[in-house]
Amino acid sequence: MATREEIVDRCQALYDDLNFTAARNWKAAKEGRHVIGFMPMYVPREIIHAAGMMPLGILGGGDQLEVIQGDAYYQSYICRIPRSTIELLLTERLDFVDGMLFPSICDVIRNLSGMWKLLRPNVYSHYFDVPQNYLKDVGGEFYIHELNVLKEDLEKIGGVTISDDDLKNSIAVYNENRRLTRELYKFRSDRPWLAPSSEVYLINRAGMLIPVEEHNQLIKDYIAAAALEDRPKRDNSRVVISGSFCEQPPLNLIKSIEMSGCYVVDDDYMLVNRWFTKEVPTDCDPMQALSYTFLEASVKMPSCFEPDEDNKGLFLVDTVKENNAEGVIFAATSFCDPALLERPILQDVLNDAHIPHISFKYAENTGQMQPIREQAGTFADSIKLWS
Amino acid sequence: MSAPQRKPSTDVQKDASMAKQKAMIDSNFERLGNVRNSGEKVSYTFVPGNLNELVMCFDMVGNYPEINAIQNGLRKKSGGMIMEAEKWGHSEDVCTYVKSDIGMMRKGNIGPTGQPIPEPDILMLSYTGCYTFLKWFELLRHDYKCETAMLHVPYTGDNKITKSMVQYVVKQLKEEVIPKYEKVSGVKFDIDRLRENLANSARAEDDFVWVLQSAKNKPSPIDAYFGGIYYIGPIFTAFRGTELAVDYYQTLRSEIEERIRKGQGPITPEGEMKNEKYRIVTEGPPNYTSMRDFWKMFYDEGAVVVASTYTKVGGTYDFGFRHDPSRPLESLAEYCMHCYTNRNLPERTRMLESYINDYEADGLLINSIKSCNSFAAGELMMMREVEKRTGKPGAFVETDLVDPRYFSAANVKNRLESYFQMIDQKRRAGA
Repeated sequence: MATREEIVDRCQALYDDLNFTAARNWKAAKEGRHVIGFMPMYVPREIIHAAGMMPLGILGGGDQLEVIQGDAYYQSYICRIPRSTIELLLTERLDFVDGMLFPSICDVIRNLSGMWKLLRPNVYSHYFDVPQNYLKDVGGEFYIHELNVLKEDLEKIGGVTISDDDLKNSIAVYNENRRLTRELYKFRSDRPWLAPSSEVYLINRAGMLIPVEEHNQLIKDYIAAAALEDRPKRDNSRVVISGSFCEQPPLNLIKSIEMSGCYVVDDDYMLVNRWFTKEVPTDCDPMQALSYTFLEASVKMPSCFEPDEDNKGLFLVDTVKENNAEGVIFAATSFCDPALLERPILQDVLNDAHIPHISFKYAENTGQMQPIREQAGTFADSIKLWS
Repeated sequence: MSAPQRKPSTDVQKDASMAKQKAMIDSNFERLGNVRNSGEKVSYTFVPGNLNELVMCFDMVGNYPEINAIQNGLRKKSGGMIMEAEKWGHSEDVCTYVKSDIGMMRKGNIGPTGQPIPEPDILMLSYTGCYTFLKWFELLRHDYKCETAMLHVPYTGDNKITKSMVQYVVKQLKEEVIPKYEKVSGVKFDIDRLRENLANSARAEDDFVWVLQSAKNKPSPIDAYFGGIYYIGPIFTAFRGTELAVDYYQTLRSEIEERIRKGQGPITPEGEMKNEKYRIVTEGPPNYTSMRDFWKMFYDEGAVVVASTYTKVGGTYDFGFRHDPSRPLESLAEYCMHCYTNRNLPERTRMLESYINDYEADGLLINSIKSCNSFAAGELMMMREVEKRTGKPGAFVETDLVDPRYFSAANVKNRLESYFQMIDQKRRAGA
């Protein structure tokens, strides 16, 4: 079995590789394979998998990509992920991708779907809408239709027919992936000194870049290897990170928060890996199962409407309680409408629950960590001293 | 070279229709300010996806937070409100319409005309073409703790309005929106009343489209951006579906017919613009805090806007859509999906291209709004695409809707003057 260090090194290499070599190699290994890219927050990867294709998470260019052309497409007051994604496209790093899905996360990503159509008219690109109405016969029916549209589109691209059994099999594989991801998060929450946030992040991020079956094994191996180690336990404050669900923080920022005296015991990075809070049933119509599970068991996040004011923001209080956290760090991307518009409500809810919090903004290429380290460090100290 | 500057006049010149429009908008603020006496229930909603014909079926008065922000911007009040909201923790990065509205609420909810804005009995969250709407009304609901009806309008990402999309919206109207309005208002829904309102809408829409398309004349009798803002007022807000709106657009049309007959240009705050030198298409909302200064930069140079996408934000009627009383709920659904920012970028680009060609415009000017990602994300690419397709030059300025901190008059003026020079050079090169 690989050591923890070897597993993390592999994930770091995947993270650093802006040419997506693993996905290219997967595609090249067998004729007729296709890769479908997707932006954050959620797409039904099960359908892509059932078509025999590989879903590839495109989460921007991070802090290692020099954005030159991408900046010419966006004003200064728009976040960085669309410009670095355009850079990836225009520098042919995504030339092997057979289609792109743009989930309904915000207006910027939504409009990027149209830009893709103009820039690459011959490549499939699709704005993937999810329901904001959670009644089965209303939002549920609409969503089943949207799922079927995606299925038919993928069938055309791949020249395949996706059967119900294919879908059920893929749902089972992703149920396992979500279960393992939750297990990984629980492992970190229980023993954060054994699973640093930067490592958990890399394991989670690898799930965007390799086939799901490989990722399932990777998570198992990491947990097993990490559990064997004896790493020093520190007197850190336990915090939850909120607001980083789309443009990703640079790895150094994640490390900096931890180095400043915080154990991150939950976060909202790459929610697609644990979008459903329960298993998708495999004993009924698969599209209906995906649709109804979306309505009933999606994680709460700012791009989704909360129909019940009494429940608004409580997911964060629950997360704090479930993980024995002592505070929340709102870490949102600059110019991120969903996170920044939602934040005042969440802060109110936390205040009512007497949960301390701080907030700062970042970009995926933020390089100066000292202010963040000072802010997070002061927060950690204040929790230890005063809470 | 710039035309000689006229001194700003203190007496703003207005058409009869403009006075009528102002009286209509003011009357809604008066109605809102008087609900304590009248007992009317209050419905808040947005301009895109505005279901005024339906709201009227429940005898409710509509409040439009975007319009409040605009009116506060025009009256130079929005800046303080935005800072008030930022003081309460709202990010400097997000939409200033939202912050102007929240700031107004925090300062006592006195509306732009000085009358109180009543609390909502229902928030009609028509999620059409703008993600911020969703959060905006969650924020208001968080403070007011009132009933909220959510209407999710699917985005036309593939430039198609499918049967499934229409059915989805209709079902929401039937199962979510109408029952909530019945509950809050105590009035039973009457579909025949809705049909009557929709018939009025269609009549007004015919005249409205005629007015917009009158800019194909040379000289254009209207300014379809700065003047257009007045023209869209009634149909985008509390008056669509009313006899008043039908009457307003008939009056407006007669006025413009007369101007065409006389070969007159548009009316600006300083009188008729007599020398049409440049015909411009604009993309994006205007700046409201310095609107008169902004407009002056155009009419001083002889530039008239012949078509604008902003006047389509509450419906793209000029591409054929009309409310249809024979299919009332389906028609409302299709209306919402036809709103400009609910159209995908390739379609928006095609619309701009058609405006340049159909209105024989000299170029495209984008006023990119810091607050509005729904409009702004992708505009630079749209500009390049339109330039490529039409051979006409594009220009790009950046301002904000209602945040005075983001209007730099010297920069905007400098860029506009350069742009008009570029058009001159292109003309000379083509001659």
